[in-house]
Amino acid sequence: MSRFLVHRLLQAALLVAMMSFVCYALIGLMPGDPIDLMLSSDPRLTPEDAIRLKAIHGLDRPIVERYLAWLAKALSGEFGYSRLYAQPASAVLGPRLANTALLMGVSLTMAALIALPIAVAAAARAGSGFDRAVNALCFAGISVPTFWLALVLIMIFAVQLGWLPAAGLPMARDPSLVERGRHLILPLATLTLAAIGGHVRYVRAAMIEALGQDYIRTAHAKGLHPRRVLWRHALRNALLPYVTVLALDCGALVSGALITETMFGYPGMGKLIFDAVMGNDYNLALLALLLVTALTVFCNLLADLAYAALDPRIRQG
Amino acid sequence: MFRMLLAATLSVMAMVAGPAAAGPGAKDELVIGITQFPSTLHPNIESMLAKSYVLGMTRRPFTVYDKDWKLVCLLCTELPTIENGLAKPVDLPPEEGKTQGKRGIEVTYTIQPGAKWGDGVPVTTRDVVFTWEVGRHPMSGVASAEFYRRVTRIEVKDERTFTFHVDKLSFEFASIGGFQLLPAHLEREAFADPAQYRFRTRFDTDPTNPGLHFGPYRIVEVATGSHIALERNPHWYGPKPHFRRIVVRAIENTAALEANLLSGAVDYVAGELGLSLDQGMAFEQRHRDRYAVQYKPGLVYEHIDVNLDNPILADRRVRQALLLGIDREKLTQTLFGGRQPVARGAIHPLDWVHADDLPAYAFDPKQAGALLDDAGWPRKGTGIRQNAAGDRLALELMTTSGNRARELVQQVLQSQWRQIGVEVKLRNEPPRVFFGETVSKRKFPALAMFAWLSSPEGVPRTTLHSDSIPRPTNNFAGQNYPGYAVPEMDRLIEQIEVELDRDRRRQLWHAQQQLYARDLPVLPLFFRADPFVVPKWLQGIEPTGHQYPTTLWVENWRVAGP
Repeated sequence: MSRFLVHRLLQAALLVAMMSFVCYALIGLMPGDPIDLMLSSDPRLTPEDAIRLKAIHGLDRPIVERYLAWLAKALSGEFGYSRLYAQPASAVLGPRLANTALLMGVSLTMAALIALPIAVAAAARAGSGFDRAVNALCFAGISVPTFWLALVLIMIFAVQLGWLPAAGLPMARDPSLVERGRHLILPLATLTLAAIGGHVRYVRAAMIEALGQDYIRTAHAKGLHPRRVLWRHALRNALLPYVTVLALDCGALVSGALITETMFGYPGMGKLIFDAVMGNDYNLALLALLLVTALTVFCNLLADLAYAALDPRIRQG
Repeated sequence: MFRMLLAATLSVMAMVAGPAAAGPGAKDELVIGITQFPSTLHPNIESMLAKSYVLGMTRRPFTVYDKDWKLVCLLCTELPTIENGLAKPVDLPPEEGKTQGKRGIEVTYTIQPGAKWGDGVPVTTRDVVFTWEVGRHPMSGVASAEFYRRVTRIEVKDERTFTFHVDKLSFEFASIGGFQLLPAHLEREAFADPAQYRFRTRFDTDPTNPGLHFGPYRIVEVATGSHIALERNPHWYGPKPHFRRIVVRAIENTAALEANLLSGAVDYVAGELGLSLDQGMAFEQRHRDRYAVQYKPGLVYEHIDVNLDNPILADRRVRQALLLGIDREKLTQTLFGGRQPVARGAIHPLDWVHADDLPAYAFDPKQAGALLDDAGWPRKGTGIRQNAAGDRLALELMTTSGNRARELVQQVLQSQWRQIGVEVKLRNEPPRVFFGETVSKRKFPALAMFAWLSSPEGVPRTTLHSDSIPRPTNNFAGQNYPGYAVPEMDRLIEQIEVELDRDRRRQLWHAQQQLYARDLPVLPLFFRADPFVVPKWLQGIEPTGHQYPTTLWVENWRVAGP
């Protein structure tokens, strides 16, 4: 097991290193640079200004040279300054990361907790009216655009009823925990509602497949209580593919949800990454994207370990 | 599809929405909604509208254009003129190898008495000299350094009075709105290593430090990406502002911004960075009982740059025909409720140098057809025109994708130009690609539609002078994207820049506008108007229509009396 772990960790490190160059090159390949954009929006800037600013920001050097300089510093733990925010990239990232982890972590957990029982119940009554209704709601949930859902929730709960704030963060100085919680309700509801459909579909399909297996029939033949068969035998196997989905979703814990963050004015990673990429803020974009990559790789590793825990055959084989 | 869905949802919801927004009452806090969050708060590094908007409340430039587009003093006590002796043109010593020197100017300003930084330290000429040192240093990261380079010396008369020695005589000598003071007592330490200054400046590392601001408000909280809170500055030398606290909230999505306004989470949506014109008009229709929507057509000039390297468009008659083939009056009336006036050129009608006798190029498809016939593009039947070689009169019109107003205009133009026998293909790109590559490197094959933001009496050196045509040799740094190179235009621009006499300057401007209207290197469309969505209880906001934001007069904002 420890050999397996070391092997996977080495693989992950190599992947992250490769991704760092891929991300850097992709950002560099985008047309124009921030100084070009600045020039096209500010007629006061002169050619001398443009040349000077490109040199200051290192945009006059070849991309490979810039990448190697970044890599050398990154290996010593220095991730450089954000060009857009004029602060160390890690300092800009910190608060956004915390905001996103909170929002995405809670919504992912809520989506999973709500989806699991619904999916199990629907699979247990596959083809019934309840199952068809769940399916229809799932498709509706998957099809609804997130921005529209967010807007509808804002209009109902913030505008019409006036129960909840429309913004994701309170504007008062030193807000209470309750106040922070109130502001999070609508963004959380948006993300959770948008995610539930997908989760239910995954688990339901896996459950239906599991319920058709021989060992389920054997369990029933042994006289086990149907609820025990459903929750202990079928669900345990159905969770295997679902764990993969959850592991992939873990990347979102740091990559954020651009649309929801934009709709609720919530300062999270999604908007930060978008702005950093569009603004050619190499250091910030790279650090953020590498975090997403590293977390996704790490979660996949955890998923492999979870597989082993859930399925003894994997552990033994 | 999504837009229709969105519009329908907003309409239905708005109809059933109750009046949730809080009334003014004893309101001493104002929440302003804008669509952008400033990335840096340093006044001289990077130019960004959201930053100018916020800093308008925390500091004052020496000079600004007011709502009537007149240059006025804010931080200075008296506007320098040659008549009052505060500005003196001088002959500079000739440079090496030359017999005649350039003309320069000495301009004297006095800082408002009582001006103090938010920590109580007086604003003095030490700050002026320090700001100049930072601005002219090549490594400091200041975006537009032209002015700092032009000032060769600062003569300090006393704590409050100083004279700039400028090495270029220009009619704009008194206008120093871009010279934004930095607090020497706080920033000098960060400037010890100029190359690191932009990372160490307190404007970004300690933005709530009261000593960074000297306006009616000072920043007390920066929640990056979400909001900036400001509170009254006890050391402000002007009239006490009404609101104790102002919060500027960034919500990038305009539909969400509108919903926040209706919910009462936001009190007022700034016109400078708020709803689009069509959203403003729709909002006004639905909520005119509670909100007054103000429109002021300003210096945002929507136009079409013509690539003069295109052999079809190199012929002036084709350009004139294209303009005659657009019913711009009907276009702005239909799409924008007539709130965006048709432009006859790049100079706004409110600008004192605007020429009233320019050709109107009113919609005239017959004359357009005649010009195209003359240019060798006859029409057979009602189809697309062709020249003698059988080439079709086909052009590509590009603009920024995702900008609904521009995409609508684009479709109207395509339809109207087809009626005069011109085939137009539409191709749009995201702003990043359009501005960062296609326009800035002159890669658009025929026509590019976008907008310029200028200042009153802004000299078009960077957009029309032949020196400013982007080329690999100048690192694509100019903004003369059409590639317009006419010696007469160059001469007029150069003369306007140095002409101090207003009457003579007006004549030069007149000739410049006539030439522009004749040659049409750019097809003028209209001047854009931004909607300011103001609740009826809020008074004193006066849209300027130019680059100086309304927040520079925030101390005049108040709650309407009973």
